[in-house]
Amino acid sequence: MKAAVIVFPGSNCDRDLAVAFRAAGFETQMVWHKETDLPAGLDLVGVPGGFSYGDYLRCGAIAAQSPVAAALRAFADRGGHVIGICNGFQILTETRILPGALLQNAGIKYICRQVGLRVETADSAFTGGYAAGQEITLPIAHHEGNYTADPETLARLRGEDRIAFRYLDTPNGAADDIAGILSENRRVLGMMPHPERAADPALGGSDGAALFASLAGLLAPA
Amino acid sequence: MRATVTVMLKDGVLDPKGEAVRHALGSMGFDGVEGVRQGKVIELDLADGTTEAQVVEMCEKLLANTVIESYRVQMG
Repeated sequence: MKAAVIVFPGSNCDRDLAVAFRAAGFETQMVWHKETDLPAGLDLVGVPGGFSYGDYLRCGAIAAQSPVAAALRAFADRGGHVIGICNGFQILTETRILPGALLQNAGIKYICRQVGLRVETADSAFTGGYAAGQEITLPIAHHEGNYTADPETLARLRGEDRIAFRYLDTPNGAADDIAGILSENRRVLGMMPHPERAADPALGGSDGAALFASLAGLLAPA
Repeated sequence: MRATVTVMLKDGVLDPKGEAVRHALGSMGFDGVEGVRQGKVIELDLADGTTEAQVVEMCEKLLANTVIESYRVQMG
């Protein structure tokens, strides 16, 4: 199984994500944002957290126009699995690979702490290792995590069982308590909490490990 | 030539920074400030002949996120 992690200037969770991918069994390479193609034969692409391009203009806006973004969109369009975490989620909405947008936290402050989440669906390669309704704890670290979308989009996300994670106690004002969503084909996940920062007991939590293990199990060639 | 692009959060989209400014104005004694919306102004220095349609395309593709923001273009 092959994975890549895209690295933008200002990414800071890229190595953490690569560690989590490798621990789950993915042969993982880093791909610089100036690349116009992704390596051949990838099963999974990670868009990491951080402050790509210094969050100038809007979080993720400039990354969404970088050379590698077109290749990322093409990979998602042909059914590739993509996970975007934190700034990666913001980038996936800015590229319109995922619907909606992430606004500044309703309370204005940057929030960095553990949060309780409910896994809302086990029907994806990302969440198949959890039970629907299972409560887990992951860290968040963001200033723009207030998910918003028009009412039709929110209704569609609910109706199509595409809300992957909800906050138990929403810290940032997110619509419908949304912490993570899936694409229509369920192969792209965007989420604000950081599973890669809770993928090993040595990190203070391992509730994120099942996400990577699930991906490795479900994407493994039969 | 110059174009000025004003980007604002759409009506109905929460603007916590604007709300904080409104609150501060009220506590300073400026009564009657019923709402504050904070946006951004982007000034573009453009080669002669650049059209408004091109600036609109810049807004659609990068300068504004039309999911949450509206924009206004003023040429010249």
